[in-house]
Amino acid sequence: MDWDKIVQLLVNGMTLGSVYALVALGFSMIYGILKLLNLAHGDVLMVGAFIGWGVINWLGGAQDPNVAVWLLIVLMLLAAMAGCGFLGVAIERFAYRPLRRAPRIAPLISALGVSFFLQNSVLLLFGADFRSYETFDLVDVEVGISWGPLNVWIIRIVVIASAFAMMAGLWLLVTRTKLGKAMRATAFDREAAAMMGIDVDRVIAKTFFIGSALAGAAGILVGLVFGSINHFMGFNYGLKGFTAAVVGGIGSIPGAMFGGLFIGLSEAFSVGYIEDLTRGRLGSAFSDLVVFLILIVFMLVRPQGIFGKPEVKKV
Amino acid sequence: MSLSEGPEQPRIGVDEWVASAEERRSRSPLARAQDAMERVPAAVKLVALVVPFAIFPLFVDSDYLMQVGIDTLVFVLLALGLNVAVGWVGLLDLGYVAFFGIGAYLYAAVASEYAGRYWDAAIAIPVIAVAVAVSGFLVGLPSRRLVGDYLAIVTLFFLQLWLVVLINASWSRGPNGISDIHPLKFFGRQVTSLDGYFYVALIAFVVIISFLYLLNQSRTGRAWRALREDELAAELMTMPVNRLKLMGFAVGAGIAGVAGAIYAPVQGAVFPANFDLVLLITLYAMVVFGGAGSLVGVTVGAVLINGLLEALNDADNASWIFYGVVAIALLALLRPWWQPLAVLGATVVFGFAVHEIAEQARPSLVGGATLGDSRIDRLVDSWVLLPQNILTGDGLPTGWLGRLAYIGLIASILGLTLVRSHLWRLIGLVPVLYLAACVWANILVAQPAVARFVLIGAMLVGLMAYRPEGLFGKQRVEIV
Repeated sequence: MDWDKIVQLLVNGMTLGSVYALVALGFSMIYGILKLLNLAHGDVLMVGAFIGWGVINWLGGAQDPNVAVWLLIVLMLLAAMAGCGFLGVAIERFAYRPLRRAPRIAPLISALGVSFFLQNSVLLLFGADFRSYETFDLVDVEVGISWGPLNVWIIRIVVIASAFAMMAGLWLLVTRTKLGKAMRATAFDREAAAMMGIDVDRVIAKTFFIGSALAGAAGILVGLVFGSINHFMGFNYGLKGFTAAVVGGIGSIPGAMFGGLFIGLSEAFSVGYIEDLTRGRLGSAFSDLVVFLILIVFMLVRPQGIFGKPEVKKV
Repeated sequence: MSLSEGPEQPRIGVDEWVASAEERRSRSPLARAQDAMERVPAAVKLVALVVPFAIFPLFVDSDYLMQVGIDTLVFVLLALGLNVAVGWVGLLDLGYVAFFGIGAYLYAAVASEYAGRYWDAAIAIPVIAVAVAVSGFLVGLPSRRLVGDYLAIVTLFFLQLWLVVLINASWSRGPNGISDIHPLKFFGRQVTSLDGYFYVALIAFVVIISFLYLLNQSRTGRAWRALREDELAAELMTMPVNRLKLMGFAVGAGIAGVAGAIYAPVQGAVFPANFDLVLLITLYAMVVFGGAGSLVGVTVGAVLINGLLEALNDADNASWIFYGVVAIALLALLRPWWQPLAVLGATVVFGFAVHEIAEQARPSLVGGATLGDSRIDRLVDSWVLLPQNILTGDGLPTGWLGRLAYIGLIASILGLTLVRSHLWRLIGLVPVLYLAACVWANILVAQPAVARFVLIGAMLVGLMAYRPEGLFGKQRVEIV
C-alpha cells in the first residue's frame, strides 16, 4: 500500500467533498422547501467565485494585498455570501415565485433559463479565460501541517474547517432557532404552516438566501484551493452537488453533508486509482463515470438516499 | 396557497374558475385566432408548414443560406423530439442532446472512412433511430421509480458523462472528432448537393411530424396528456405511468438519433463540442417559445429562434432587430395606442438630454462609436453614451463601467416589474429603455455570440413567468 498516496487522496477527497457538501446543503434545503430542483445553484457558486476574485483584485491583488491574508479571506467569504444570498433571493422572487402554481416542469425550465443567463452574463462581462486567485502567492505552499505521511497545505485546512463550521452553524440554525422551525414546518406542509401564522414567502426567501450564501462560500473555497475559475465551472459543482444530495437523501441536512463527503472521496480515489485498476484503459477523466455509477446504484437500490425517509404520497 | 394573490383574482384554481377558464381565454384575439387554427384540418396544416420549406431552395442561391436552411430543419427535428418528452409527457430531459450526439456518432460508426464501413442510409437511419431509442430507454430506466425530478439529474449527468467519454476516449478521436464521414447514400445513390440534403431533411421532417401527429392522436398520446395533467388520476385509471414516461423519453431520444444521423453527413464531421449544453438550452427555448405540446408551435418556434440567432450574429442586423423588437413589444404590450408612442418619444428626448449633459461634463463619455455599420447605428452614435474605452478596460472585454451598467440594467428591469402603479411604471420605463440601448450599443453588440445566449436565457425566464404556453401552446388550467 502506498500510504502517501492514500493520505493525499483522502485530503483531496475531503476538500472536494466539503465543497460538494456545501453545494448539496443549499440545494437540498431549497428542494426540501419548494420541491424544486434549483438547476441554477451551480451558477450561483460560480458567481460567488467571481465576487471573490473581484475582492482580491480590489484589495490590491494576491501578490501584494492591502490587508492581512486572513482578513482578505474573511472579506471574500462575506462578500460572496452576501452577494450570492441576494442573488438567490432575486432568483426566487423573479424566476420561481410567479410559477408556484404552474405545472411542475415550468419552474425547472425557468431554472434552466436562469442558469444559462448567469453563465453567459459572466462570459459577457469577464470573458472566457480562466481567472486565477493566485493563492500560491497569497499563502506559500509549504505552510501547513506536516506529520509523517500527512502533508496538508494550510489553505486546505482552512477550506475543510470553514465548510464544517458552516455546516455546524446551519445545523444549529435549523434545529435550534425559530427560523429553523419555520423552515422545517414550511418544508413539511406549506399550507398548514401558512395557517399557523408563518409568513411562508419570507421563509422561502430566507431559505434561498442561506442556501445561495452557502453556494457562494463554496465558490470562494473552490477558487482558493483549486486556483482557477471560469464561467462554466458551476456546471460541474452543481452536478456533483445534486448527486451528493440525492445520495445522502434529498431534503436531509446530515444527508447532504455525508453525501458530499462520500462523493468527494469517491471522486478523489477514482481519480487516483482508475488508471491502475483498468490497466491504463480509462484515464483519470473517467472519475465522473464512477460517480455516475454511484448515482445509478443509489437510484436502483435506495432512491430515498442514505438518510432520507421513503416518501409517502399524500392524496 | 392563497396568500400571495391580489383581490383581482381571488379564486384561482377553484372549480368555477377552472370551468370558466375557456370562456375567459376566448376573449383575447390571439386565443380566437388559435381556436380558428384548431379547426383547420391537420393535412392542411401540414401542407402549410411544408410548402414554405419546399420552395425555399428555389429562391436561395447562396450556399450559406442553404446551410442555414438545413440547420433549421435539423433544429426543427430536434425540437419535435424534445417536445415529446417536455411538452407531451411533461418530463425534464436534460440529456437530450447526448442522444443527438449518439445518433451522429453512430452514423460515423457505420459510414465513414475511419470506421471502414459504408452503410446505405435507408438501413442506417432506421437502425440508428431504434438503437438510440433503446439507449434512451436504458438511461431512463434507473430512475423509473422516481421519474420526474430524478430523471432530470440522471439525464444531466448522462450528458456530462457522454461529453467526458467523447473527449477522452480513443475510439471517438477525442476533441478532434471524426471528420471523414461519408455522405448519405440511398439505395446506392449518394446525396451530393446541399439541395439534396435539404430535401432529405425535409422528407425526414414530414415523416416524423406525421408520425408524431398520429402518435398524439393514439391511445398512447392520450395517455401521455392525461398523466401530464394529473399523474395520480392517470395511475388510478390503471395507466402504467412509469412505463409511459420512459416510452415518451425513448421516442424523443429516437427522433434525436435521426436528427443526428442526418446532421453528421451534412457536416461531414462530428465533434464533441457540437453536443453541449448551449444546444440543449437553445432547443428548450425553441420548444417553449413555440408552445410546448403543439407540433405547429414547436416547428415555428424552432424556425423563428434559429433565424433570430443567425441574424443576431451580424452586428448590422442586430441593431435593427434590437430596436425593432423593443418598439414592437412596446406597441403590443401597452394600451391604449398613444402610451407606447409617448414612452418612445420620451426615451428619445431623454437620451438626447443625457447625451448633451454628458458631452458638456465629461466629453470622454461620448467619444466612441457603435460597432455596427447600418444607418441606425450612425443615428444611435449621437444619442447613447459611448465611452471610448468601455470595450478595453483592463484587457477584458468590458470595463468596470460597462459591467456596472449591465448589472444596473438587469436590476432596474427586475425592479420595474415590482412597480405597482401603471403611471410610475411608464415613467420608469424611459430611463430603463435608454440604459438598455446604452448597454446594447456598448457591450452586447460587441459580442453577438454571447449576447444572443444571454437573451435566450432571459427569454426562457420571462416566457415561463408571463406566457408559459408560448406562441401556439394552449394555456393549462390547474385545479388545486
